[in-house]
Amino acid sequence: MSVKKSIPKVDGLGLMLGKPAYTDDLAPRDALIVKVLRSPYAHAEITSIDVGLAKDIPEIKCALTHENVPDRVFTRAGQGYPEPSPYDARILDKTLRYIGDAVAIVAGITENAVDLAISKIKVEYKVLPAVINFENALDSNVLVHAQGDSSSMFPIGHDPSRNLAAQYSMQIGDMEETLKNCDVVHRSTFYTQAQAHAMTEPHAAVAYYDFQGRLTIISSTQTPFHVRRILAKNLDVPLSTIRVIKPRLGGGYGGKQAIHGEFFVALVTQVTKQPAKLVYSRKEVFRSTYTRHQMRIDIKAGAMKDGTLKAIDVDILSNTGAYGEHALTVLMVAGSKTLPLYNHVDAVAFRGDVVYTNLTPGGAFRGYGAVQGNFALESMMDELAGILEIDPVEFRRLNMIKEGETSKIFEVMGEGTEGTAMTVDSCKLDECLDLALKNLDWKNKYPRTVVDENRVRGVGFAIAMQGSGIPYIDMASAILKLNDDGFFNLLVGATDLGTGSDTILVQIAAETLGVSVDKIIVYSSDTDLTPFDTGAYASSTTYVSGHGVRIAAERMKEAIVDKANRFFGVDNATFDGKNIVAGDQTISLDEFSTSLYYSEQQEQLVSHGSYVGKKSPPPYMAGACEVEVDKRTGRIKVIEYFAAVDCGTPINPNLARIQVEGALLQGIGMTLYEEVKYTEDGHLFNDSFLRYKVPTRMEVGPMHVTFVDSYEPSGPYGAKSVGEIGIDTPPAAIANAIYNATGVRLRALPITSESLWRELNK
Amino acid sequence: MEVTLIINGNRFSVSAAPDEVLLDTLRKLGYKSVKRGCDSTSCGICNIHVDGKLVPSCAFLTVRADQKEITTLEGVQDKAKEIAAYVTAEGAEQCGFCSPGNLMTLISLFNENENPTMEEVKHYLAGNLCRCSGYEGQHRGIAKYLEVKKA
Ligand code: FES
Ligand code: FES
Repeated sequence: MSVKKSIPKVDGLGLMLGKPAYTDDLAPRDALIVKVLRSPYAHAEITSIDVGLAKDIPEIKCALTHENVPDRVFTRAGQGYPEPSPYDARILDKTLRYIGDAVAIVAGITENAVDLAISKIKVEYKVLPAVINFENALDSNVLVHAQGDSSSMFPIGHDPSRNLAAQYSMQIGDMEETLKNCDVVHRSTFYTQAQAHAMTEPHAAVAYYDFQGRLTIISSTQTPFHVRRILAKNLDVPLSTIRVIKPRLGGGYGGKQAIHGEFFVALVTQVTKQPAKLVYSRKEVFRSTYTRHQMRIDIKAGAMKDGTLKAIDVDILSNTGAYGEHALTVLMVAGSKTLPLYNHVDAVAFRGDVVYTNLTPGGAFRGYGAVQGNFALESMMDELAGILEIDPVEFRRLNMIKEGETSKIFEVMGEGTEGTAMTVDSCKLDECLDLALKNLDWKNKYPRTVVDENRVRGVGFAIAMQGSGIPYIDMASAILKLNDDGFFNLLVGATDLGTGSDTILVQIAAETLGVSVDKIIVYSSDTDLTPFDTGAYASSTTYVSGHGVRIAAERMKEAIVDKANRFFGVDNATFDGKNIVAGDQTISLDEFSTSLYYSEQQEQLVSHGSYVGKKSPPPYMAGACEVEVDKRTGRIKVIEYFAAVDCGTPINPNLARIQVEGALLQGIGMTLYEEVKYTEDGHLFNDSFLRYKVPTRMEVGPMHVTFVDSYEPSGPYGAKSVGEIGIDTPPAAIANAIYNATGVRLRALPITSESLWRELNK
Repeated sequence: MEVTLIINGNRFSVSAAPDEVLLDTLRKLGYKSVKRGCDSTSCGICNIHVDGKLVPSCAFLTVRADQKEITTLEGVQDKAKEIAAYVTAEGAEQCGFCSPGNLMTLISLFNENENPTMEEVKHYLAGNLCRCSGYEGQHRGIAKYLEVKKA
């Protein structure tokens, strides 16, 4: 057995020992240093730009502005084609739409020279009024994209004349009628903040021409195949002239799905014919990549006195900042990956506007709307249970989705398009809930325990779901090659960004072939050498890429047996992973494969598999926690967090556990500490690890993750996804626990000591 | 400025700009285990030892390291492997970008205190950020390492 086994990551030891493996480690020694001049204004137009003095510095090899780069409008989102994000950005633009937007690119031999050159670029700006507050953006007389040359690939409600990047609305059932007949209707407004990914490796990209003159890009990207496509199209060169290599990544969490430095280094190499590299500064990572979409979420929910939930009506305002990357899809996921949790309702409605502002763009980030939606929905469910005077656990049990059921939402809402109908064949949400509460000792701790006159502890929980890839869109493939001496190369397009997907795919291949994992040598994410994969996002790798690998391995097994039949002159040879057996004759795979290439038959065995999901089975979880509040100061401490997760079969339980633990802490950070903050003129001021509070190891009490026994029939060896779901529950679970501790309902993230203190002292 | 650096026991004569930090000098010399995670000495990822003391190499001027003994992860591979095996057994190294800094910090701790408690470990590592793992897996691995070492 190779699956359901906690083997160490194939790349783990090498990375821990500091072997060169990341983008900057692999840059040619003579690579030019590339830096970007960034806009000091939230909204401005370049009226003139002069790089003459910069170019006069002898070490400077190239300086580019909007005047001499390709003038194409596209989206950096890094999604499949056609993209659901509006085409609203240029490589370099005359109009600057946020502080940190790119003004000019400079490349030179030393960092000091490049810094000097950047300071010598003369730019005249016409400063324009800016939209900073997203609640004032819609129909503002200041337009972020006033030029009118943005567009969308298909209808997404894009209307730049209203500052609308995208818009969506749907309704199932008769909302008005249903609400009218409810015993209780409750309405609340929630706010979620912009969060920074804060991956430890800053974004980096390298470009060079290889010895055959092909443009090679090494990039810390989650989507090498999308990078190749978007680069080729907008640089106007054939795809065949570009190779994109994704080396090891220092974290991504969605933050490296889009295109960042790739264009800049590619252009420098095109112009200078020299290798070039760009490593973002930490400040640039904060300011000039993107954040989680900030949202205002209005929820109205109706229920009967007996606790039957009847209607949920969600209305969202989402802030996509200066560019509409993932604008529509993040919005939709806020509904599509939360609302099916309560699938028995008679009416459900979801609508939202995604607005432009003159701030750092929003983009993909683990949870991808679901975490925002979950905070609002799961807070609301506790509020409603409170009004109905029904136990919040009972209320969930009564109304939540169960195995074998479906939700109309699966069919109606996809990611940017219509969805895919499906029944939920694996859903152990009930067990997850029982287990998380039992482990927390909910019975004895609910709602609160008093520690002393100042400190009180409360417990809270939330349930959550996510998806496993995007059906009929996310595609993955794998190639297996048998070598002499009986080992295999596994080539996958899938993108391991530290998650361990290379290892998991090795385990799936080994399991299918019946060989041990050390017989599989994996190589991933190189557009010249590995087959296509849409990339690492939407929790797709285990489920979608896993199937691609399984299919390739099954075919390889068939091919081995086929060759063995010919070898032995029989038609019933079998292969057990080690030996090939035909009647009383046996040959080991090692020997057989060697003979296959040196003496007998002499034909290379290669197999491939590709897969596109036909459904997106949701993983489920329950998260329950105990928090302590100090009423004197409002200080909040998470004492313990319990998660019970249904991700189908965990292919590698240890790696699955770390995925959940890491995501929980990002979720706890989002709940209590983290917020990308701007001044009134759009200046992102917490742009360092000193000011932006990434949780350290001192902040949080223990996190306990358990997996319930579950098997997803459509998944590879019963697996569903596990990468994102862990981030979804902390906001609502902690908010609910604080309410249970203090009676204060906080509806805006992050929940800081100050905000709680203020409410306590009202 | 000409300086002499003794890196993992090897002498190097290098010329360094007055504002150059060890992190950049070491990377240029090929010591790629030394990585930059921030520019405000607040992530611990660039940690190395200078004359046996734990320092962030992003804030240590190369000219100040003249004639000093510098240790990077490349110089303590055996020791590092011993500890790393326990962390990889937990699957706790995810992207791995924080790992070299973590290991240099841990080795420094173990040099000072052979048998720290987990509380002491956490305090010592407090400045080492990890965004992937949630820290719990790292702590499980380190705790096991300490247990086995004690036995
Ligand atoms: S690079 Fe972050 S502390 Fe040195
Ligand atoms: S493993 Fe990625 S930052 Fe620690």
